[in-house]
Amino acid sequence: MDQQFWTFGFVGLTFAIYIGIAIWARAGSTGEFYVAGHDVHPTINGMATAADWMSAASFLSMAGLIAFLGYGGSVYLMGWTGGFVLLAVLLAPFLREFGKFTVPDFVGDRYNSTTARVIAVICALFVSFTYIAGQMKGVGVAFSGFLGVPFEWGIIIGMVVVFFYAVLGGMKGITYTQVAQYCVLIFAYTVPAIFISITITGTPVPQLGFISDIPDQNISMLEKLNTTLGDLGFLEYTQSSKAMVDIFAITGALMFGTAGLPHVIIRFFTVPSAKAARISAGWALVFIALLYTTAPAVGAFARINFIDTVDGATYIGDAENYAARAAEITAAGGKPVPEWYKDWEPTGLLTYEDKNRDGLMQYRGPDAPDGLLNEVEPNRDIFVLANPQIAKLPGWVIGLVVAGGLAAALSTAAGLLMVISSAVSHDICRRTLFPNMSDTAELRIARLAAAGAVMAAGLLGIFSNTLGFVAEVVAFAFGLAAASLFPVILLGIFWKRMNREGAITAMLTGLISTFSYIYYFKFGGGDPSQYLWSISPEGIGFVFMWLALLAGAGVALLTKAPPAEIQKLVEDIRIPGNRRRRGPADRGMAPVD
Amino acid sequence: MSGTDPKIDEKAYWRATLRLTLGLLTIWFAVSYGAGILFREWLDQYAIGGAPLGFWFSQNGAIYVFVGLIFYYCHAMNRLERKFGIEA
Repeated sequence: MDQQFWTFGFVGLTFAIYIGIAIWARAGSTGEFYVAGHDVHPTINGMATAADWMSAASFLSMAGLIAFLGYGGSVYLMGWTGGFVLLAVLLAPFLREFGKFTVPDFVGDRYNSTTARVIAVICALFVSFTYIAGQMKGVGVAFSGFLGVPFEWGIIIGMVVVFFYAVLGGMKGITYTQVAQYCVLIFAYTVPAIFISITITGTPVPQLGFISDIPDQNISMLEKLNTTLGDLGFLEYTQSSKAMVDIFAITGALMFGTAGLPHVIIRFFTVPSAKAARISAGWALVFIALLYTTAPAVGAFARINFIDTVDGATYIGDAENYAARAAEITAAGGKPVPEWYKDWEPTGLLTYEDKNRDGLMQYRGPDAPDGLLNEVEPNRDIFVLANPQIAKLPGWVIGLVVAGGLAAALSTAAGLLMVISSAVSHDICRRTLFPNMSDTAELRIARLAAAGAVMAAGLLGIFSNTLGFVAEVVAFAFGLAAASLFPVILLGIFWKRMNREGAITAMLTGLISTFSYIYYFKFGGGDPSQYLWSISPEGIGFVFMWLALLAGAGVALLTKAPPAEIQKLVEDIRIPGNRRRRGPADRGMAPVD
Repeated sequence: MSGTDPKIDEKAYWRATLRLTLGLLTIWFAVSYGAGILFREWLDQYAIGGAPLGFWFSQNGAIYVFVGLIFYYCHAMNRLERKFGIEA
C-alpha cells in the first residue's frame, strides 16, 4: 500500500478524534476552562501530563541527539525525567493545596504583590513563547517532510486543530485530547522501536535490546557500536567530549527547569486534591518513562543502521534512474545508496559531497584512522524521521510515526497555549487590571486570548527558521524556567520568611542573568572560550538558579518579614486539607475546596 | 477548607515530611548526578548485561529509580497522614 495513503489516513483519523473530543468537552465556566473543574482522575491527569510534557523535541529530536552524542545525550534523559521527582516532592501537592488557577496566582497571592504577579507573568510568557515556537516548527517539519504540504501550510493546519480544542474546551478539552494524543504518540514511538530491536538484537523489548548482545556474535550491541565508531574516527558511544561540569549543569538546568515550567505545573491544578497531585506525578513519570527508556535504544540502533546502510555505499545522482542503477550496483557486488536516503535528500536534512571523487560515500569522524574525510552530513532530526524507512519497516509504520510526531507537538502546544491565554485573561485582566470582572466576561476573554495565542504561536513557528533546530529552541526555555520561576515557588512553600522584596529580586536576577548569557552566546557573537566555568548556555540556568535563590533569600532577610496571615497561609498549604481563607492573599480570589 | 484540627501536631508532621523529602532527594541525587555523572567512569568498570553500569544509569537506570521514588513518596506520605490523623 502506498505510504502517502497511510500517512494521510493516520493523520486525518487522529485529527478527527481530537476535534470530536473538543466538541464533547466544551468548557462552561472559568474553573472548567483553566483547571478542568479540579476533578480529573490522577491517572488520567498523569497521562495528559505525559503528552503535555513530551514535545516535538522529545519525539522527533531526542533519539537523534542521543544517536549523535552517545553518553552526552544522557543530559536529556536524566534532565527531562528527574524534574518530576522535584515536582512531586517539592511543588505539585503544595501548589494544588493552595487551590488557584495559575502560577502567577501563587506568586502574586503568596507574596501579596502586584509587581511580583506581573513579573511572574512575564517569566511565564517568556518561557512559554520560546517553547511553543519549537512545537509549531515541529508541526511544520512533520507536514512538509511527509505529506508534501508546504511548511507554512502545515503550521496553519496545526493551528486550526489546536484552535478547536483549546478555544472551545480550555483545559477540559486539552486534558482529554492530550490523553488521546499520548496513546497515539507512545504507540507510534514504541512500534518501530520494537521492530528495530528485534532485527538488531533479537529482543522485542528495546530496553533489554539496549543491553543485549548481537545475536550469533559474542559482542554486546553497545560494544559493537563503540568499535564501529572508533574505526570510523568518532568518539566511543559511551563517552562524551563535553566537560563533566557542563554535563552536570545541563542536567541540572533541565531538571529544575522541568519543575519550573508553568504548563507542567498547571496540569497538577486539575486533580481533586494534594494527595491526588502526588500520585498523579508518579503516573506522569511512568508514562513518560515508557518513551524515555526506549529513546536511548532507538538512538543507538539508529546510529548502527545509519552506518550500515550509508557508509561505503555507491552514490546515485539525481540525473540517473535510481532503480536501474541500484540494481546494476548490487549485481556488481556493490552497495547502492539506500532509497530512504534519496527520499530525504531533497529536504536538505542530508548532504553528500564526494571529496575524494571515488563515487562512494564515506561517513567518517574527526580522527579517522584511514585518513579519509567525512562526506556525509546528516541532520540529527533525520534519525527518528527516517528510522522506520532505514529499518525497512512497512509503510503504515511510517504513517504512524508522522501522526505520533504531530500528536507530541500539538499536545505540548495546547498546554503552552493555556499558560499564555490564562496569563492574559486571568493574571493580567482579572487579577491585576479589573478585579471586579464577572466570570462570564472572563471566560469570553479567556477564549479570545486563547485564539490570539494560537495565531501568535503559528506566526512564531513560521518565522522560527532562524532559531535553529527544535531541541535547541526548547533548551532555551528550561534555563529561564529554572532560574526565574523555580526559586520563588520553592522558597514560597518551604521558607515562611520569604517576602515580596526577596521574590522580586530572585525572579529578576534569574531572568535577566540567564537571558543575557544565552543571548550573548547564541546570538551576540560570544565564543565558547568565554564560558563561565566552561558551562554552555544550555546549562547556565542551573548556575543562575542558585544565584537567584541566594539573592532572593539575602534581600528577604534584609527586609521586613511577610505579614502573619501570609505566614499562616504557608503553614496551611503544607498540610493537605487544611487550607483556610487568609485575608491579604485571598481577597481577590477565594481558593477552591 | 476544614478548620485546623487542634489534635494535629502540625510541627511534627512537617518535620517528618521534610525528613522524608530530604532522604528521597539524596537518592535522587545519587542515581543521577552521582552514578550517571560524577562516578560514571568508575562505575563503567562494571556492567549490566552488555552496557557499562555508569552509562546505563545515565540513560536508563536513573529513570527507573525516579519512578520508584515518587511512588514510595506517595505511600510514605499516606502513612504519615494516617499517623497524624490528617484527612487528605
